[in-house]
Amino acid sequence: MLKEAINYLSAPLYSFTTFIVLFGLAMKRMDIVGTKKFGWGLLITILAIFGWMLTDPSFFTVISTPDNIPIIILNALVFWSTWFALYKGHQNDLRIARGEQPLEGTPENREKVWAWPNLVYTELFCIILCTIFLIVWAIFFKAPLEEPANPTWAPNPAKAPWYFLGLQEMLVYFDPWMAGVVLPVIIIIGLIAIPFIDINPKGNGYYTFAERKYAIAGFCFGWLALWIFLIQIGTFLRGPNWTFYGPFEVWDAHKVVAENNVNLSEFFWIKGLSVALPKNIFLREIVGIILTFGYLVAAPLYVTKKWGQDMLARMGAARYWLLMFLVLGMMSLPIKMYLRWFFTLKYIVAMPEFELNL
Amino acid sequence: MSEETKTGLNRREFFSFLAVGWITFGAASAGLASLVFRFLYPNVVFEPAMDFIAGVPDDYPDGVDERWKNGFGVWIYKKDGRLVAMSNICTHLGCIPTWLPAESKFKCPCHGSGYYPNGINFEGPAPRPLERFKIYRNPEGKIIVDKTKVFRYEKGEWNAADAFIEV
Repeated sequence: MLKEAINYLSAPLYSFTTFIVLFGLAMKRMDIVGTKKFGWGLLITILAIFGWMLTDPSFFTVISTPDNIPIIILNALVFWSTWFALYKGHQNDLRIARGEQPLEGTPENREKVWAWPNLVYTELFCIILCTIFLIVWAIFFKAPLEEPANPTWAPNPAKAPWYFLGLQEMLVYFDPWMAGVVLPVIIIIGLIAIPFIDINPKGNGYYTFAERKYAIAGFCFGWLALWIFLIQIGTFLRGPNWTFYGPFEVWDAHKVVAENNVNLSEFFWIKGLSVALPKNIFLREIVGIILTFGYLVAAPLYVTKKWGQDMLARMGAARYWLLMFLVLGMMSLPIKMYLRWFFTLKYIVAMPEFELNL
Repeated sequence: MSEETKTGLNRREFFSFLAVGWITFGAASAGLASLVFRFLYPNVVFEPAMDFIAGVPDDYPDGVDERWKNGFGVWIYKKDGRLVAMSNICTHLGCIPTWLPAESKFKCPCHGSGYYPNGINFEGPAPRPLERFKIYRNPEGKIIVDKTKVFRYEKGEWNAADAFIEV
C-alpha cells in the first residue's frame, strides 16, 4: 500500500514538483537548512528510508546494477557538498550579521602556506586513495560489457552513460536538435559565461548564502533539479521502452502506458477549430511560432520594462540580455516538461519538413 | 672572432641544426598524422547490402513482418493490398525500436517513441513517422527492397510510385 503510493507519487510530474517545492523551501529557510542538526537529521532520514527501500527485491535489482553504483556515489557526494557549502555559508551569514568577519577572513585563516609540501602532499594522498578505490572497484564489480554492437538491434532500455542520463531524459521532451545540440551548447556557453556575467564581488573567497541568494538558488535549481534529478529519473525509474517505473515496480517490458502526444498545431486546428491542418507549413504552425516569439522576445522585453530596469542599469545591456537568454533557455526545459505532463503536448512548433521542432 | 672566445654555435651552424631539427620534427609529425588518417578508415567494413531480394508478396501475412530486420534493418508491412518496406531507425534520435506484437506497436527503447504498425508516430518525442524504402518487383516477380531511396510521410511521398507494391 505504502509502496504503491510511493510508486504513484514518484511519477515525474509529482516527484519533480515535490522536488522543486522542497528546493524552494530549503532556499527560503536557510536558518534551518544551514545547521548541523538539519544535516544530520536529513542524512539519518535518507539512510533509513534508503535502507528500508533496499529490502524491496525489485528496487534492489535496479540499485545494485554495476552501472548504477556511480550514481549512488554521486548522490552522496552531491548531497554532502551542497549541504556543506550551504552550512558554511550560513555560518558566515550569522557572523556577518553579528558584525564579525567571515570565517575565511579571520587572521589565523589568512595565514599563507607553501604549495609544497602542504598542497602537493594532500594531492598525492588523494591520488593514491583514488587509485586504490578504483582498483578495488574494478576487482569487485564486473564491467557491464555486452555483445558486439549490431546496427539493427538496440538493448531495451538503451541507456546513455550515467552522466548523460539527464540529457537522455531531456530528449524525451524535446527534438534531438534541441535537447541534443542547442540546449547542451547553451549550457556549456552559460557555464563559461558565468564569471563574465556575475561581476558581484560578494562571496569572493568566503562562503555566504544571504549575500548571493538568487545567484546560488538559480544555479542550484539548474544543477540539482534539471540535471541531477533528471539523472535519478533516467537511471532508476526508466525501464524497458523508456517507460516510467516506480521504485518498487518490476520492470515488465509489457507495461502499457498511454503516452499519446499531440502537436500544438493539431490542438489548435483540429481540436480547437475543427478544420484540417492547413497545407502551408508556416500557417499550420502559426500559433506555436507566435508563442515562441512571445517567449523569447516579447516576454523578456515586457519583464525588463516592468521589473528589470534597475538590473539592466546595474549589469549593462550585454550582460543583462545574455543572462536573460540563458535563464529563458534553462526555464524552457521545465516549461516543456509540464506542458507534456498536463496537455500531452508534443511540439509547440512542429516542422519535421525542416527537422525543426520546438 | 678568435677561437678562444667562441662559446657556442655560429650563425651558419645554428641554422643547420635548426633545419635538421625542423625537418625531423616535420617528418615525425607527418608520419603520425598519416597513421591517424589511416586509423580513420576501418580495416573491414561489415555493411549489409543496400538492396536485397525479399521473396514474393505471398510470403508475407498481413501486418508487420520482422524477418529482414536483423539482416537489413527493414520491416515489411502488409495491409489493405499494399506492401511496404519500413526503416527500423527511430526518427527521433536513430535508435532501433522494438516491435511489440502484443501491444501492436513499435516502441523505441531510448526515449519511448511509439509508432503504429504502419509507422505513424503517436507516442513520445518522435517528430515524424518511420521512413519507407523503395520497393518494387523485378522481372521474375520477386520483391526488391532498395534502401538507397527513402520516402517520407511528412513530405507526402508515401503514395509515390515505388513506395509500395500492390498485392
